[in-house]
Amino acid sequence: MFYREAGDFKTSYVEDGQTFPIKLDRYAYYVALAVAFGVIPFLIDDYYANAVLVPFLIYAIAALGLNILTGYCGQVSLGTGGFMAVGAYSVFKLMTAFPDVNILVHVVLAGIITAVVGVLFGLPSLRIKGFYLAVATLAAQFFLVWLFNRVPWFYNYSASGQISVPERSVAGIIVTGPETTAWAKYLVCLVFLVVLAWLARNLTRGTIGRSWMAIRDMDIAAEIIGVNPLKAKLTAFAVSSFFIGIAGALFFAVYLGAAEVGEAFGISKSFLILFMVIIGGLGSIFGSMAGAAFLVLLPVMLKNVLVGSLGWATDLAAHLELMIVGGLIIVFLIAEPHGIAQLWRLAKEKLRLWPFPY
Amino acid sequence: MPDQFLYAIEVMINGLMTGVLYSLVALGFVLIFKASGVFNYAQGVLALFAALTLVGLQRGQVPFAHLINAVFGTEVDHFPWTLPSLIAIILTIGVMILLAVLVERLVLKHLVNQEPIILFMATIGLAYFLEGLGDIMWGSDIKMLDVGLPQGASRWVESNTKWLGGEGFYGFFIDKLDMVATLVAAILVISLTLFSQYSKQGRALRAVADDHQAALSVGISLRFIWVLVWSIAGFVALVAGIMWGTKSGVQFSLSLIALKALPVLMLGGFTSIPGAIVGGLIIGVGEKLFEFTIGGMIGGATENWFAYVLALLFLVFRPQGLFGEKIIERV
Repeated sequence: MFYREAGDFKTSYVEDGQTFPIKLDRYAYYVALAVAFGVIPFLIDDYYANAVLVPFLIYAIAALGLNILTGYCGQVSLGTGGFMAVGAYSVFKLMTAFPDVNILVHVVLAGIITAVVGVLFGLPSLRIKGFYLAVATLAAQFFLVWLFNRVPWFYNYSASGQISVPERSVAGIIVTGPETTAWAKYLVCLVFLVVLAWLARNLTRGTIGRSWMAIRDMDIAAEIIGVNPLKAKLTAFAVSSFFIGIAGALFFAVYLGAAEVGEAFGISKSFLILFMVIIGGLGSIFGSMAGAAFLVLLPVMLKNVLVGSLGWATDLAAHLELMIVGGLIIVFLIAEPHGIAQLWRLAKEKLRLWPFPY
Repeated sequence: MPDQFLYAIEVMINGLMTGVLYSLVALGFVLIFKASGVFNYAQGVLALFAALTLVGLQRGQVPFAHLINAVFGTEVDHFPWTLPSLIAIILTIGVMILLAVLVERLVLKHLVNQEPIILFMATIGLAYFLEGLGDIMWGSDIKMLDVGLPQGASRWVESNTKWLGGEGFYGFFIDKLDMVATLVAAILVISLTLFSQYSKQGRALRAVADDHQAALSVGISLRFIWVLVWSIAGFVALVAGIMWGTKSGVQFSLSLIALKALPVLMLGGFTSIPGAIVGGLIIGVGEKLFEFTIGGMIGGATENWFAYVLALLFLVFRPQGLFGEKIIERV
């Protein structure tokens, strides 16, 4: 009754092919954008920026990237943390080597470097599949983390082995370094997320996205009908790594400020982002964001309830969180293997008819 | 013989022993994969959980003490008794069997006919859950595990190999625990092979591994077989947990040996028990020798990734592993 497409007529191909064909969806999208750009920056404070919003935006980018590879192209990757590290260390090296170039350019360049590395580690995917590939991507994870840990050139020979971000500004506003204001951090990440989500949405519904999905659904059949598996798989690795590299660069430069590779980009990060994709919904742009929001909010909420209200010890809360996250993954896989995105789709179906049964 | 060469041999022998421990973990993976097609990521956490339970029972810790104290404001900590190792081990086996039943009831039963990758991700969820559960039940501090296994360098081997080298050579340094582990692994593999070849359940297990539907149609209970397989995997995890726990203490890093077992599996093939053993030995020796010869030059700690890169390169040439069944794909 309230959510419907009746009376929403299309009179041209452009209208028919738009991203949100249903009027209500489109309006909701505009409202969400208006709130994200026009309202939140004025309300945001340090706590919400650091605990919720900035990590959400960055993880959403990473989850989008992994979703392109795993959800759309069907190649499971456990090397996300390693690729984020590539993004972070590239942006660090670029920022210190070319201080005059705009930081946003560096972030994009870091994404491109990560894409190249991603293609390199994606090469085995042409020969191996499924679990074997998932385990093979772990090679990327461990090798890259080791590389950034052990080769001093990557962290500019700093004594602690850490990398810390120099201060940079865009159009007179400081966006990296300890002086950054909460809304500047938020806006930088938001702009990247919106642009990349738009890119992902349009890539996945074009030729290239369809070839990814064909490979995912059955690779041999896809090959027989003329999809080039080499091209499809490697572009998926490249685009996915590009997104993940940008997420890693932002994670280090804007969010953390200083990072130690094993801690910030370890194997647990790979799993966290994989969980976001599973819980959010494989093969869905909205799902990537929903999954990221869910897994960023869950620990914050648990912590507030258990430690804040009940006064439990933090380590107990942390263990309980592990159990809850693990349990939720299993429940989601059993109840709804397509994640939050599918729940949302079902809710919309129901809403179209509500309150009438037919 | 030159000393350098002898050191290399010593490194190799120690690598073989480490490899045996990797094989032990890999064995658990192979068992479950063969019988249910589930790639069980939680195997390492099973080992951790088993070891934690064993230590907790041995010391008479109250399960969930931390949680109970937080909820009810009590101060419970330990029961007034400690258990002898053997009883604790038997009880732990009971707990692992219970866990196998629960996993089948609550997780696997609902995921029949799902894609393998969904099952794989479910076991990752299970791994997280068990890790949290283990910590909540028994606390997350590092514990020493002692079930009476011999430890320390073997004087006998050392004094009997001294004659091989010159002045500066003191004989091979080999840990007694590693020798015990090798022995245990050998016994385990032989008994598992005998079990699957000659016992009724073992035959049923192989039938299920061969073809689920055909096995069902001749009256084999799939659910019983799954519980059985997970119990065996739990038992293997316990053995691995005892070995690794005695070696380096029971702590979170124990669950990471699962990650070490993955390249072993890739190398040996997911479906082959001999593959798990041989793969483990190759990886154990390979990573120790690589660290010994080249590792020092490029920054050290190459053990973290060597196994993966080796397996990766290997897979590019032989995607099914050393002993795996040939992968045949149909449209």
